[in-house]
Amino acid sequence: MQTVNRVVVLAADGTGQPTDEEVLAALAPRFSVSTAGRSRTMRRTWLDTFDWRLHRAGLTLEHLTGPRPGELVLTGPGGEIITQRASRLTWPALAMALPAGPVRDRLRAVAGVRALLPAARAASAVQDMRVLNPDTKTIAWISRDRTAVSYPAATQLPARLQVTPVRGYQAQAERVAQVLAAAAGDGSPAVRPLDAALAAAGRRAEDYSNKIDVGLTPGMPARLAMRVVLLRLLDTLQANVPGTIRDIDTEFLHDLRVSVRRTRSALKLAGDVLPAGLPARFRGEFKWLGDLTTPTRDLDVYLLNYHDMAAGLVSASAAELEPFHEHLGRRRAVEQRQLARGLRSARFSRLAGDWRAALTDLAPPAGGRRAADVATDRISRAHRRVLRQGQAITGDSPAERLHDLRKRCKELRYLLEFFASLFDPVAHQRVVKDLKGLQDCLGEFQDRQVQQQEIREFAAQMMTDRDLPATALLAMGELAGQVGLCQQRAREEFAGRFREFASPASERRFRSLTSGVRR
Amino acid sequence: MKILATYNIKGGVGKTATAVNLSYLAAQDGLRVLLWDLDPQAAASYLFRIRPRVKGGGKALIRGSREIEDSIKGTDFGNLDLLPADFTYRNLDLVLDATKKPTRRIARLLAPLSDEYDVIFLDCPPGISLLSESVLQAADSLLVPLIPTILSLRTLDQLTEFIGDFDGQRPGVLAFFSMIDRRKRLHLEIAERLPTERDDVATAAIPALSLIERMAVERAPVAAFAPHSRAAQSYRQLWAEVRARTL
Repeated sequence: MQTVNRVVVLAADGTGQPTDEEVLAALAPRFSVSTAGRSRTMRRTWLDTFDWRLHRAGLTLEHLTGPRPGELVLTGPGGEIITQRASRLTWPALAMALPAGPVRDRLRAVAGVRALLPAARAASAVQDMRVLNPDTKTIAWISRDRTAVSYPAATQLPARLQVTPVRGYQAQAERVAQVLAAAAGDGSPAVRPLDAALAAAGRRAEDYSNKIDVGLTPGMPARLAMRVVLLRLLDTLQANVPGTIRDIDTEFLHDLRVSVRRTRSALKLAGDVLPAGLPARFRGEFKWLGDLTTPTRDLDVYLLNYHDMAAGLVSASAAELEPFHEHLGRRRAVEQRQLARGLRSARFSRLAGDWRAALTDLAPPAGGRRAADVATDRISRAHRRVLRQGQAITGDSPAERLHDLRKRCKELRYLLEFFASLFDPVAHQRVVKDLKGLQDCLGEFQDRQVQQQEIREFAAQMMTDRDLPATALLAMGELAGQVGLCQQRAREEFAGRFREFASPASERRFRSLTSGVRR
Repeated sequence: MKILATYNIKGGVGKTATAVNLSYLAAQDGLRVLLWDLDPQAAASYLFRIRPRVKGGGKALIRGSREIEDSIKGTDFGNLDLLPADFTYRNLDLVLDATKKPTRRIARLLAPLSDEYDVIFLDCPPGISLLSESVLQAADSLLVPLIPTILSLRTLDQLTEFIGDFDGQRPGVLAFFSMIDRRKRLHLEIAERLPTERDDVATAAIPALSLIERMAVERAPVAAFAPHSRAAQSYRQLWAEVRARTL
């Protein structure tokens, strides 16, 4: 059962505000308070994903360890609490790797494929107290908590009183919390301890996102706008390097790779606003970096979808496919080592360092173009290219044509993302939605195409390694057939998706976006 | 989820003391436990300091017009909740009689709690009634306290015979001696002999001790306020045997 806890934050010591004893005394005469047991020390670890998925969902996850058995405590936006016993956990960990229980069940959907990482650590001295009614029945528990944060920076948090109702006494416990809050002079909603711990280190939650959330202005020089965008992409890229090297979860590499692709597209599509020679100087190195990340990401995509694919087998069983799964795992381990070596190399450090220095030194040229003009020009051109290439595709066109169109769509999407802050958000959102439908279909087509080729290559490799039982080969054959069917479905869907994208209504939305740029 | 009912046709044999102490010990073992005080005298509710009141009374509970979960109260002890008594429980027979399949009613009411609790104890009022029949049909096992007298043994036989006539699921019966007076030779003789002769009589037994009566003063299970006492020890032995034979 879920309980709803109320938290009252007490003033810091020495501020002249009521002490905790004075606050608790306010409960008399209706309720009495009795200390239960000795004060205990608990270690707290607050956890979230690298991109703050829990915090964004209004959730706080703590792992408590100490004299009592370890516990995961998940607090929801309204103060509702779900707990689960969990000792001896090591972080980072995927939600699905946690012991079975209600906290894991709730977290799986929120955290998804992202690992849970310590966001802050602290030690708390906790004193439990019973709140008794006139029958001397316990109707709520109060725990007084004095917390010293050790990570990300050392700081002492103000003492807190947490009121936990005993089942069936919620109304009385609510009254207790109100009396305590009034006595403590705590009128404002409590700052979450995690936020207070982060603030002490000069950080805030949700300080990472892979979105290009930059604020451009229409009149700024286009070169400076690109500088802002490219620096933001470099920040995201570098933020994901340690997690990729440590192989914490698959999304570090994903975000890193997207930053590289966006950077390469920016150099290709708007490189002319940068000083002559600069794009050419870095293009090759970013291609190297992109290629470095490809093999591991391809295997990640396979492994992330593996269980769904195996579950779809009709003739073969999932167990028969297992040698393939193991092969993928082994290949990934090899590729991941290669990737980590590349990211630790002098070549990568030089690339990141030189690129940042080059961007930092950029100055606007005299008489250069405005950001808004470059944005509308490039987006319109990219849009026309997508329409042209798409219209040329027929039922007989080879797969490469769809692959090329997918690349054009990505370029258009990236341009829309780079310059998003120049446009009306609603118009922008509509256009992105039109494009996304087409991109999803092309993405499915291309991914399945690659997967089929790879299954053949893996099979050949496994045969050479004498690593492939006949049953596994048959299962892989069936898998290739299924993937082929998915690809075929995507191909069949394409004409309809493209028709929608090229429809007069969708075109009108594009025109209204580009003509409505903020001046 | 297992349902254990403390039941005897006779009153004053230690049913409530058993339900209160065993539910406490089960919760101490880490099981999630609910005790339903079905006796309108509300002794179990009193011992846990919980007011004997259920919103809408027994009628709303039995008819299902109020969720049973909403009437549950937490005791002062971890893992142990109580569904309190209510004075309207004195009319439960009439309420049950107005429902379809009255003897299956308690089982149906408890079914939704199976995810939440490992064990439910039912503390029943004495007598044979529609309510007790519904309890007997719901229970996996009956825990029957017996005062070691010849007449008590007769009531155990009557109970076993009564259950033997049930259609479908029949609860297991585990009797045990309660309120053994060490000064009475007959008590000692019967309490010693019967467990060796009958499978349905437990080896563990509860002596008559003033500390057990003191529960009404302390308003807590004996193992909570006197954990090292002989009374607590006796209940621990009984719980170990009940657990081994019924869960």
